[in-house]
Amino acid sequence: MTDDKDVLRDVWFGRIPTCFTLYQDEITEREAEPYYLLLPRVSYLTLVTDKVKKHFQKVMRQEDISEIWFEYEGTPLKWHYPIGLLFDLLASSSALPWNITVHFKSFPEKDLLHCPSKDAIEAHFMSCMKEADALKHKSQVINEMQKKDHKQLWMGLQNDRFDQFWAINRKLMEYPAEENGFRYIPFRIYQVIAVWVGIQRFQASEEESEDEKFLGYPNWWQVFWKSSQTVDTTTTERPFIQKLFRPVAADGQLHTLGDLLKEVCPSAIDPEDGEKKNQVMIHGIEPMLETPLQWLSEHLSYPDNFLHISIIPQPTD
Amino acid sequence: MAEEPQSMLQLPPSSAAGGEGPTEVSPETTTPEPPSSAAVSPGTEEPAGDTKKKIDILLKAVGDTPIMKTKKWAVERTRTIQGLIDFIKKFLKLVASEQLFIYVNQSFAPSPDQEVGTLYECFGSDGKLVLHYCKSQAWG
Repeated sequence: MTDDKDVLRDVWFGRIPTCFTLYQDEITEREAEPYYLLLPRVSYLTLVTDKVKKHFQKVMRQEDISEIWFEYEGTPLKWHYPIGLLFDLLASSSALPWNITVHFKSFPEKDLLHCPSKDAIEAHFMSCMKEADALKHKSQVINEMQKKDHKQLWMGLQNDRFDQFWAINRKLMEYPAEENGFRYIPFRIYQVIAVWVGIQRFQASEEESEDEKFLGYPNWWQVFWKSSQTVDTTTTERPFIQKLFRPVAADGQLHTLGDLLKEVCPSAIDPEDGEKKNQVMIHGIEPMLETPLQWLSEHLSYPDNFLHISIIPQPTD
Repeated sequence: MAEEPQSMLQLPPSSAAGGEGPTEVSPETTTPEPPSSAAVSPGTEEPAGDTKKKIDILLKAVGDTPIMKTKKWAVERTRTIQGLIDFIKKFLKLVASEQLFIYVNQSFAPSPDQEVGTLYECFGSDGKLVLHYCKSQAWG
């Protein structure tokens, strides 16, 4: 058990060395030096980048500054996804530091939600927690908490206080002794596919219905990608998969990570004899597919109480 | 003011905007249609095979937020919460700057980019997803 507690700490204190660079087309009065920061994996971009914002705004004129947003290799970064998830999904195979580009203009309305204040992050975070507890305990645990407990969860995350957060969060990780786990496991599975791979496989998959289901792009995708001249942009993204999945099977056996993927995202699992095409990643590691899902949910969930699972193409190098 | 119903006519053509833009939300036959919703109705009957692409949602007003006379709607699974918010605001003729919150289980507000199909699978019951909408934050 003591070992398992260490896992919680390791997850909480995970950091990603990051280099922030101002977008080349932003207008500055002086040269903008890059800014280096260790980003907490479990936090949110707009929660931990006040210093980055200040650093770049120093060299800019007020009239050239509107809402800050971040981008990695052409992909706008969603502030409402945890940082570790964004990194695993988009950048885990690239060299460190993570090179993030900072923008103050041309906010990509279609891709990003606005983040007007820290309150917006808090509202989003608490909403995720409530959704997770709706799945785990029919909302009973989160509803029985007091307002100050909710506040403590948020303050714990905001101020990077592990003990403060976990003093309350452990209640959300409990379950009745007669059950062997939560009602349902809160998880979200995200997939990213290299674009050129996407096209090839889409065209090749006409006859493979299983694969087609996985790559079920609407037609406009195909049209869009076929018509685009340069396909060197490497990644694209589809909405996450979230379904009801119990931690324990009908026969009493604990469900594993592999069971979950087999059920809700079969294309993510590589055939045993075939080459490894995908990585299944949580917090930058590839947990064994035999790991019980309940254990993962208790130990590798993000503070929002969801297991955020990335399916990414196996790097070729 | 006269253009209001007009602007809703643009809803029907399916996925013109390629996914997230306003697409069709067709009223079901449960309740008499409010005057303006005649314009919303695409008037096309859906083939049976199409039904699984859509899910039923039930929209309930909270507090002093105006009710919609038509409460039950068939909605594309891929429609986002933001798409739904935009639709309700248009339907209720709210000003664009007015806020509208949507809640699941009278408890949490899914993020605007979440798809209703996913929420239906996790939180739907009796073949429909009940959503509460409110002009102010109703639940924490």
